[in-house]
Order: sequence, then C-alpha cells, then structure tokens
Amino acid sequence: MRPARIAADFKIVVRSYLRNPVALFFSLIFPIILIALFGLIFSAAGSTVVPITVLNLDHNSEASVQFLADLNDTTYIRLSFVNWNASDFAANLGANDDSVGLVIPQGFNSSYFARDQVNVTLYTDPEDGAASGAAQSAVGSVATAFNLHASNGTAIVGVAQQNVGSQVYSYIDYLIPGLIGFSILTSPMFSMVDVASSYRKEGIFRELSLTPLTRAEWLTSHILWYMSLTFVTAGIMIGAGVVLFGAHVNVTVGLIPFLVAGPLLFVSLGMLAGSVAKTPESAALIGNIITFPMMFLSGTFFQVSMFPPALQSFAHILPLYYVIDGMNQVMLFSNTARALTDVLVVFVTAIIVFLLAIRFFQWRDE
Amino acid sequence: MADAIEVEHLVKRYGDLAAVAGIDFKVRTGTVFSFLGPNGAGKTTTTEILEGLRRRTEGTTRVLGLDPWDDATALHRRIGVIPQDFRFFDKITPREAIRYYGALFHTNPDPDELLERVKLADKAGARFDTLSGGQKQKMGLALALTNDPEVCFLDEPTTGLDPTARRAIWDVIRTLKSEGRTVFLTTHYLEEAELLADQVAIIHHGRIIATGTPNEIISAHGRPERLRFQASPALAEYLRPKLALPVTVADGRVEVELHDKADALRVLSAVDASGIPWQNFSTTQDTLEDVFVRLVGQMDDGALKSETPA
Repeated sequence: MRPARIAADFKIVVRSYLRNPVALFFSLIFPIILIALFGLIFSAAGSTVVPITVLNLDHNSEASVQFLADLNDTTYIRLSFVNWNASDFAANLGANDDSVGLVIPQGFNSSYFARDQVNVTLYTDPEDGAASGAAQSAVGSVATAFNLHASNGTAIVGVAQQNVGSQVYSYIDYLIPGLIGFSILTSPMFSMVDVASSYRKEGIFRELSLTPLTRAEWLTSHILWYMSLTFVTAGIMIGAGVVLFGAHVNVTVGLIPFLVAGPLLFVSLGMLAGSVAKTPESAALIGNIITFPMMFLSGTFFQVSMFPPALQSFAHILPLYYVIDGMNQVMLFSNTARALTDVLVVFVTAIIVFLLAIRFFQWRDE
Repeated sequence: MADAIEVEHLVKRYGDLAAVAGIDFKVRTGTVFSFLGPNGAGKTTTTEILEGLRRRTEGTTRVLGLDPWDDATALHRRIGVIPQDFRFFDKITPREAIRYYGALFHTNPDPDELLERVKLADKAGARFDTLSGGQKQKMGLALALTNDPEVCFLDEPTTGLDPTARRAIWDVIRTLKSEGRTVFLTTHYLEEAELLADQVAIIHHGRIIATGTPNEIISAHGRPERLRFQASPALAEYLRPKLALPVTVADGRVEVELHDKADALRVLSAVDASGIPWQNFSTTQDTLEDVFVRLVGQMDDGALKSETPA
C-alpha cells in the first residue's frame, strides 16, 4: 500500500462527497434532525407533567384553594380550571381529550373544618395508565396531608428516594451513542453497496484497474473518509444532544476506537455486500437485509436490555450492538473493561470483513 | 523492438460460445493498427484481453513483451486505454482527474498542456457530469496519456460523436503516431480506419478474415477501378463488344471496369465515338467500406448456407 496513492484517491472521494448536496444533507443536517426528533418524542414521555382539568364547585373556599395549591406544588401536575356543569363533566372531559379530571364538591370547605367526611372525585382514563397513576398518587398524597393536618398529626415515616447506580440517565443520554451507532452503520452501508455495484456496472472499476491503484488502497481511502465523516457526525450529534436536550455524556478518548473501528467494519461490509451481488438491484437488497435488523435491534433507538430475552440474544450476534454498547460504556458508565471487550469484538470482526471484501471485490473479469 | 503486440492462436470462450476463435496478428511498434468488425465480432473481447482486463482461454499474447494478464501491473504503467463510452466520477473535473492519475502513476503531467493536446482546455474546470459525449471521450484520452504510454488502446473512441469531435480525436491519434507511439484502434467506421491506419485486420465471428494495409485489402478483395458515366443503357450495349471489358448498368449509370490505366483512354474514345449522349464522367474505386461489407456479407451468406440442414 502506497500512502501517496491512498491520499490521491482520498482527495477524489472527499471532493465527490462535498459536491453532492444529498450526501452533505445526510451527513451534516440529518444527524441533527434525528437527535431532535427522537429527543422530542422520547423526552416528552420521560418528563411527565400530568394535566388535570379541575372543576371547583366550592368556589374559592379556603380549604379548596389550599388543596389545589398543594396539588400544584407537586410540580408534576398542571392544573387547568373549567366552569362546566357537574353533570356534564365526564362527557366534556372525553370530548376535550382530557384524560384526568378532578371535581371539588360544594361544601368541601365547611365539611373539612367540621371534620365531616367529604370526597373529591378523580376522573381517569384507564387507557392512559401513566397519567392516571401519577394523578392518583398526587391527589392521594395531598389528601393524606390534609387528613394529617385536620387531625393535628405529624408525618412520622417519610420516604427518601435514591436512584439505582451512581447517576440517573435520561433517554437522551442513551440516544446519543445509539444514534451515533446508527450513522456509523447506515452512512457507509447504503453508499458503499451502491458504489460497489454501480462502479462495476459503469466500468469505473475497470478504469481504476488500469492504474497502479490497488483494491486495498481504494477501500482504505474510503474507510478513512467515512472515519472522518463519523467524527464530524458524532460531534454534531453530541453537540445537538447537549444543546437541545441538556444530555449528559462523557466525551473521552475512549470514544475514538469505536469511531475508527465502526467505519472500518461497515465500509468493508458494504463493499462485501455490493461485490457478491450480480446487479445493483440485488446489491441493494442484500445491503438492506444486512442493515435493517441491525438498524433497529442493536440498541440504536431502544436499549437492548428492554428487549425480550430471545431478541437480546439475537442482538448479541449483531456487530453494531458492540459498537453501541461500547460507546454506552464510555459515554455513560465509564466502564473501561467492558468497553475494551466491545472494541476488541468490533476490531476483529472488522479485519475479517475487510479481508473478505478485498477477496471478493474484483477489478477485472476472469 | 519490432512488434509492440503479438497475438498467436488467441481463443476466448464463454461456455460453448467462442467469442474469439483462434486469431493471429502482429502490430509493429510506432504504427496505427485498426481492428475492424461488425458488432459482436470479437473486437472488444480481443482488446480487453490485450489490455489485461480479461483472461484468455488459449493462445499467446504479448504486449510490449509482457503477458497482459499475468504482468498486468507492469503493463498498465506502459499502456493507455480509452474504453468505449468512457465513464468517470461525476463530480470531478478533467484537471482534477489528470492530477489524480498523475499521482497514481507517479508521473507529473501538466493538466492544462495535456487538455490542450486533446482540445479540452476550455472545459478543464467543468465537472464530468456536465461534459458532452465527445468531451467525455477527450477526457478519457487525456487520462490515457497521463502515464506517457508506449501503446494506446482506443476502443471505438469516436462512436456516437459529432463530426467535429471525431476529427479532433483523429488529430490526436495522428499526433500519437508522430510521437512514435503504437496505436491499437478498434472502430466500425471504415473511413476512420482507412484514414488513420497503417495496418488493418477485419474480424468476423471471432476469426480474422482479412489483414494488410487498407490498400492491400482493397486490391486483394475489392473490384478494380472503374470509369463511370451518366448515360442510357444503350451506351453499355455499344461498349460491350468494342472493349472486351466488363460493363455494368445500374441507377442510370454505366460503369466500365479497368484492367490497367491505359484502358481509360480506350474507354473514353469509344464513348466519344458512340455518339450517345452522356454526362458526369468520373473514376471510382472500392473503399475499405465496400470491401468490408462484401467480405462480411459473403461470410454471413456462407454461414447461413452451412447452417441449412442437408
């Protein structure tokens, strides 16, 4: 391998790429869209603020106002007030797509101070389990505090909450390594499969075979380019995650082996898939068969630990799983030992696939 | 060295089909050799074998003394190739492409000078996907010259080009020859071969059916030189007994075959003596194209007859 020839080919690859608006969009803008999209979808589900529609029939009485103020102080409840007829309340809730409603009955204040039993009514939608659970626990705990106060009691047993592990990770923190893995996989796979088959069909490989450039040099320059691109994409994704969603990830040198080994693996795999196929159409098919399961089942959008056991075992034979798991170990858990195992798996696989790609990818016809 | 290319009993089979069925020829160093044949005759297969892009089934091939398949790497440093329908990276300009090839070959060509030679200097900075068909072929030609090749292979370099672009490519081919390079040119434009080639070989159904200089082929396989008049068939009737030369009539023209130059004077005085009106007299000779069409046609007729069940 001659570095000068790799450098010359690298220059051509970079120029071709930078002059292609579609390719630029997918490497520079698409990562931000991905992070923003998935971050928005899943962070909304993670930080639940439950809206409760309130009908206070005990108009602005001291006890009812205090009750609602306490409920508001729980911070994960957002109250909105209505003046509906009590008899229409449930129907109106449904009509407005509100899943949780609360009615404070008339005489709440007088009953409370007279220490007569009085019920507030909580309307919940069984289909929205998360919201109704949160509402029930909030309303329940405010009611308990009111009961304690009314009976001049003091809370004796309190609950102190601790998270499992040393730090709490939000979905966006897992999403960043997952989506970096996603682009390490898809960006070279889709384009190399296409390049391998179309360059052969158009005779560009024949042209190149008439020069001193070797197949290994050609593949190396493409690997180097996708490595560079991966560093840029990873930087954009981490930046977008931190700026848009306040993600907490460690960016250390431990990330570098994955950003190097990942493109080495998937550029070679794309080339291999494109080389064994006879036509561009079958190349695209083979590429998709390899890419799609990995795209969803390697921990890109969902953590593999959330999968059923059979699917988890399947994930463990996908090379991208080790890329993403390794980046999780580096960026979230600082677990060097496991990251080392992951990077070893990726490197060994990558070298094997690289050699196979060189073997199957032919410049000339027999 | 006398011969740049030597081919002996070359055979290429695809399954049962012999695309090339045992051909022999030699190309002298510094000459233009034109390889002619109808589509599917085996031209491109032969060319690709000589370029080291395809493996032969049988026979011996030597290009600059090297085996094209086994010594491909060494050979490729010394030859230049322009394939049919040259393709390159869409977003790369001719100037960048020449620098790229220069880096790969470790030569240091001046892109602008090279593009000037192939008359593409005005498009030095245009991306490949914006070039016309002729400009693309010129860029291929320029790239083929980045390594200062001793032998240039041009596979139908002017197919589909407009007349101006074709002439520009012809000029480059003449220059290549004047620089002492050997040119191996396949084409199905017979006039191109006739204009440019020192030696011609006609291949058909995988076999060579004629070789030599264009003139040798014409005189071996063509009809003799003819005198032609626009006149009524009565002139033919008058001339036949007088001259003892073959006289034919077609499309209102009377043609008399000449056995030697002196026959021309006898024909003219006989025509004058006939008193039959005539106009537009000219001499005519078979072109390489006439010979080619006749040879290929004869062979196809023969092939058809032999295929008819007995």
